[in-house]
Amino acid sequence: MSEHIDSIKTYTVVWLVLLALTAATTAVAYVDLGPFSVVVALVIAVCKMLLVALFFMHVRHSTKLTRLVLLGALMWLGILILLTLTDFSTRGVLGVPGR
Amino acid sequence: MAEAHVETLALREQFDTAEQQKDASTLGMWLFLITEVMFFGGMFLAYTVYRHLYPMVFAVASSSLDAVVGAANTAVLLCSSFTMVLAVRASQLGQRKALIVFLILTLILGFAFLGVKAYEWNLKFEEHHVPGATFHFEGMAPDLQRHAQLFFSLYFAMTGLHALHMVIGVGILSFLIFQASKGRFSAEYMTPVDVAGLYWHFVDIIWIFLFPLLYLIDRHLPK
Amino acid sequence: MITTAVQEREHYLNASYGIKSWLLTKDHKRIGLLYLGTVTLFFFLGGAFATLIRIELLTPQGNLVSSETYNKLFTMHGVAMIFFFMIPAIPATLGNFFLPMMIGARDLAFPRINLLSWYLLVVGGLFTLFAMLAGGVDTGWTFYTPYSTTYSNTWVIATALGIFISGFSSILTGLNFIVTVHTMRAPGMTWFRLPLFVWSNYATAVIQVLGTPVVAVTIVLVFCERVFHIGIFDPALGGDPVLFQHMFWFYSHPAVYIMVLPAMGVISELVSVYSRKQPFGYRVIAFSSVAIAVLGFLVWGHHLFVSTQSVYAGLVFSFLSYFVAIPSAIKVFNWTATLYKGSISYDTPMLYAFGFIGLFTIGGLTGLMVAALGFDVHVTDTYFVVAHFHYIMVGGTIMAYLGGLHYWWPKMTGRMYPEAWAKLSAMIIFLGFNLTFFPQFILGYLGMPRRYHVYPDEFQILHVLSTAGASVLAVGYVMPMVYFIWSLRFGKLAPANPWGATGLEWKTASPPPAHNFEEIPVVTHEAYDYSTVMGEVIEVG
Repeated sequence: MSEHIDSIKTYTVVWLVLLALTAATTAVAYVDLGPFSVVVALVIAVCKMLLVALFFMHVRHSTKLTRLVLLGALMWLGILILLTLTDFSTRGVLGVPGR
Repeated sequence: MAEAHVETLALREQFDTAEQQKDASTLGMWLFLITEVMFFGGMFLAYTVYRHLYPMVFAVASSSLDAVVGAANTAVLLCSSFTMVLAVRASQLGQRKALIVFLILTLILGFAFLGVKAYEWNLKFEEHHVPGATFHFEGMAPDLQRHAQLFFSLYFAMTGLHALHMVIGVGILSFLIFQASKGRFSAEYMTPVDVAGLYWHFVDIIWIFLFPLLYLIDRHLPK
Repeated sequence: MITTAVQEREHYLNASYGIKSWLLTKDHKRIGLLYLGTVTLFFFLGGAFATLIRIELLTPQGNLVSSETYNKLFTMHGVAMIFFFMIPAIPATLGNFFLPMMIGARDLAFPRINLLSWYLLVVGGLFTLFAMLAGGVDTGWTFYTPYSTTYSNTWVIATALGIFISGFSSILTGLNFIVTVHTMRAPGMTWFRLPLFVWSNYATAVIQVLGTPVVAVTIVLVFCERVFHIGIFDPALGGDPVLFQHMFWFYSHPAVYIMVLPAMGVISELVSVYSRKQPFGYRVIAFSSVAIAVLGFLVWGHHLFVSTQSVYAGLVFSFLSYFVAIPSAIKVFNWTATLYKGSISYDTPMLYAFGFIGLFTIGGLTGLMVAALGFDVHVTDTYFVVAHFHYIMVGGTIMAYLGGLHYWWPKMTGRMYPEAWAKLSAMIIFLGFNLTFFPQFILGYLGMPRRYHVYPDEFQILHVLSTAGASVLAVGYVMPMVYFIWSLRFGKLAPANPWGATGLEWKTASPPPAHNFEEIPVVTHEAYDYSTVMGEVIEVG
């Protein structure tokens, strides 16, 4: 495994960006974006997550296996939430009473 | 037995090389973190389902949380991730003193986060927003009180589980500080610091999602 | 008839003595045996509950036990069998013992975590045992809310805690296996030279790591609801009990693949050895294990067909459920093709393999039947479903487990089991199994509900047949217990490779030395290359 050591400058920049994104997401929450409020909030959160993962958790320099594990985690979380939502978001849609 | 070696911290009996051990430890921690993603994931699922079913009540309930305090606490945690990665970097460079300083800073920031959390929970307790027999959300219609209670059940369950992980993290940090002060780590062997860092950043990532999902639901709506 | 040879040579069993050397061991082989003892205890505990169930069902009236007690009996049968026998059995006993050896490693990646896994199973088991002795649980092993969270007056918390703790046992074992296979293979042991048993356990480990945490958090939420009365499944708060079902089955469906995949791995080994042929379509079998692990996560909603789950979701899950049968069917085809023109021997493990292939196929085909939304609406919560899953779990997994135990017994203990008695018990088990569970397909189709102990008179004859079968099955299960223990002292001494099998575990002594290999092997040939194995087969029975 390559022992690539990032500079303090890199980490500092990432840290400042993370703080900026936190301020941004808080500020944007007070703006009326309708249904897109959730989307924007999640997009910003995902960006922050990627910054922490890629730089602070060194996924940038990691093996393919590590990235596969991370991807797998996100996919499985997605399966859990999305497939369950096929139920809750379609209740009553097909006109069958009670379902 | 071929290649019998004396067992050291960096090279335990079952491994052939120190690099193999490091790879195994790192992969092990990443796999553990996926189990944590799925563990928290169950709660995120419950949140998603109920926010989908009761969007208005969730928005009103969410607005009773202090977004500025939440944002500040998020910043505290992000700073702790910054100090943690600097600690890992110091250990990679064999800088013992810097390692200990950064670990202690991370610990202090972790405690700060938990302190603010305790303050927030106390506020909720005083406002009767703790689910249970005493729950009452001021200004909400009686038949919607139960849905508001759902929001707060999730709020306490999710932030509580997160706080538990922070407490464990604080424990791990304390242990690392103790070990570092005894000179256990070097540029050749800093795996425990490395994997502890992964854990700490993961707990931070969970909060990165908890903050907007719990504190910032439709804040633009008039109260 | 004990010779001195075994006693003079040092191996993992006599390398150290005393209870501490077992309870604090880091040796994966000893840990495998610790698990063997534990899961066997829980098997007979679950079996005791099954016995009471079957005796009660001899008559249409509920005259042996009250309804409340009956509810407890089937709950505790399910909990003991699923969480404390089926899920750990093959991976934690045979997997623990042989996975490191099969890849040419000295131990798992994390031996102390391996020991911790065993302790977690034991502690979880003790909590559950306590609950059973203190009065039992009556919610069904499925713990559906709001009964389990609000209305049941039984030991839900203790049982849930026991299951929660044992879940971490499963997670840690899975984590250990994945890291081990990725980082500790011997030189030359590439992925496609791995024995299929390793592939199966690897796929199982992936399921354990991804699925178990979800049921863990579900249990935490049930706990919170029951203890703190803060609910998210509580309909009185606007909560949806079906959310519990989604979260529960997200794990519990893949859990059935945790139970069957390692069994399939055993069968791949047995079919190959006892036909002295490479498994037909090695790569396909390997990939199908991974496919089952992945697809198994996409189908859980078929357990919710008759809940208030939306019809649209029911359609989606029914459609997806058909796909998961495909890789399983592929394995059955490949095993069959392996037999073709093989040099077949009928030693006991092979009898179990034959039993598995036939019974798993029946169980699997009935699985396709219940995957059909329309059909399932009629047979769900009837004995049809009970028969379906027992064909797979008992006719499938337990047969494979017994086959594996017999196959690897010489390696683990240095002794041969008595072949004639073993063949006899295999046949008794096969007969007893079919007599117990085939009538249940008919019962279910005719409308006999599951979890009921009072039923219409016309069902009695089928229940009597089923109970008769269960008695035969019980005899069949007790026999190996007796002769395995007998063999430890009186069994013929086993050579390193009694079956003429390939695989690194057969290249070391029986029993193996504490560090598995005197010298770590370098692998230069493909898996299942029978030309490399000299005829070391001994005449048995």
